[in-house]
Amino acid sequence: MTDRSGTTGDLSGFQPRLVGFLCNWCSYTGADLAGTARMKYPANMRIIRVMCSGRVEPVLVLKAFAEGADGVLVSGCHPGDCHYMEGNYKALRRRFLVEALLEQFGIDRRRFRFQWISAAEGDRLAEIVEEMVAEIRLLGPLGRARERLFQADHLSLNPAAGGPSPA
Amino acid sequence: MGKPGTQGRPKEGHPSGKLQLGIYWCASCGGCDIAVLDINEKILDVAALADIKLWPIALDFKYEDVRALPDKALDVSFINGALRNSEQVEIVELLRKKSKTVVAFGSCACWGGIPALANLFDRNQIFERVYGTSPSTVNPNRSVPALESRMPEGTLTLPTFYNTVYKLDDIIPVEYYLPGCPPPAELVAEAVDAIATGNLPPAGSVLAKEKALCDSCPRERAEKKVTTFRRVHEVQPDPDRCLLDQGIICCGPATRDGCGARCLEANMPCRGCFGPTPEAVEQGAKMLSAVGSIIEGRDEAEIKRVAAQVVDPAGTFYRFGLAASLLHRSYQERSLKEGVELDSRLDPTVVPTGKEAVT
Ligand code: SF4
Ligand code: SF4
Ligand code: SF4
Ligand code: FES
Repeated sequence: MTDRSGTTGDLSGFQPRLVGFLCNWCSYTGADLAGTARMKYPANMRIIRVMCSGRVEPVLVLKAFAEGADGVLVSGCHPGDCHYMEGNYKALRRRFLVEALLEQFGIDRRRFRFQWISAAEGDRLAEIVEEMVAEIRLLGPLGRARERLFQADHLSLNPAAGGPSPA
Repeated sequence: MGKPGTQGRPKEGHPSGKLQLGIYWCASCGGCDIAVLDINEKILDVAALADIKLWPIALDFKYEDVRALPDKALDVSFINGALRNSEQVEIVELLRKKSKTVVAFGSCACWGGIPALANLFDRNQIFERVYGTSPSTVNPNRSVPALESRMPEGTLTLPTFYNTVYKLDDIIPVEYYLPGCPPPAELVAEAVDAIATGNLPPAGSVLAKEKALCDSCPRERAEKKVTTFRRVHEVQPDPDRCLLDQGIICCGPATRDGCGARCLEANMPCRGCFGPTPEAVEQGAKMLSAVGSIIEGRDEAEIKRVAAQVVDPAGTFYRFGLAASLLHRSYQERSLKEGVELDSRLDPTVVPTGKEAVT
């Protein structure tokens, strides 16, 4: 068991891969604004536009982590501003359960952010991405930690099963 | 699952005309083997229909007997339990080779079941607890079983205890999944019948119903708005109303039907042993979503308070499904960061020194 890649050692070259689920009506527009205003923020986040934060089922967050994301952001309109009235409350009701669950799965809580960002808050989005990148750089890559945990068993797993596929 | 028994036996059978059957247990509680016996008078049919070639809990066969069989000599193997150590992997690989059909029997084989809850920990933590800190253990030297120990009489070996618990189809391809903890006698009897008559659904099928448990539940449902979650031992649930409506976590919305809502009949919540509903990507995430959506209110602090009453979300939503979940196991970032290595005495790649004693 000598392979400790990605868990300790030199992390200076590590670029976290973040996934951001952004609501079309607010946060995504905010991201757009940050872009057109040429605000500088790290390019680590793959943005996925969703119609409402209420559409971000917890399974999507888990899937992102299982497929190698180092951090996930879910962002929607401020309370009272959801285009569909209730969507962001729906997202909020799942939020704390998702957080508790990830903690039990040993995933550091700094890897999952839930944030209200309005269409006018491009600067806020840029700030949050920056913060996440900085924090997660210190935490290290999650995908390789997963790989290492499975490799410890020296098994070749049946690929057809949709079983653990190390990122 | 098709209606049992109209077609004839599979043609290319054993000369005895009997079904060649293997039953094996991996990381299991024995309940699934009992479930085979539980099919009562049907078991006589099984005995009449089948030559049992391996059944460790009930009959005295040796692995050598199975190794000696030609490939595909067994018509079907029922394998229960999750995969936890290298002996289990070796035997299920052997049974795969020797069997035409493999059935993952019970929740542990299908999705990891209760043993897979150990995936929230790693091997070191489990050994530390079992051989160290558990209240009934006195083991000041922290001795743990070694893989190999040289003794004057010869070398003793033990199987490798894996870091992760797997479901059966992580290791070998599986034709059918018979869920339940344990599978109910009717489903076992139906499966035996279907196999005996060659009247089987397409490979890959789950031998249960194609809908959610809630669809079969007779309880009355209202619009759900929960301000207090309670565990079942803390209240006397109303036997007629939906348990989720009463703030008791019931896994019906995310669980496949097939048991006939047997826990609900006993006024107990469904714990999810039949695995995910046919369309669900993942049982736990679906259940989490269902529970989240019934929390009352819009105030962040209030929602947080109610959500915190869900004790042990991972253990509740993935009680039977951790090995089939997207994350599959804990990532254990903390122990990785602190540089905790997996104990080398348990690592099959490390050559033993012969100094470790089996304790
Ligand atoms: S599925 Fe249930 S009854 Fe069967 S071995 Fe697992 S724990 Fe025991
Ligand atoms: S949640 Fe449970 S009690 Fe409610 S309808 Fe579904 S199975 Fe029945
Ligand atoms: S009600 Fe749920 S836990 Fe009980 S037997 Fe049926 S599927 Fe399993
Ligand atoms: S539309 Fe933005 S959160 Fe619902």
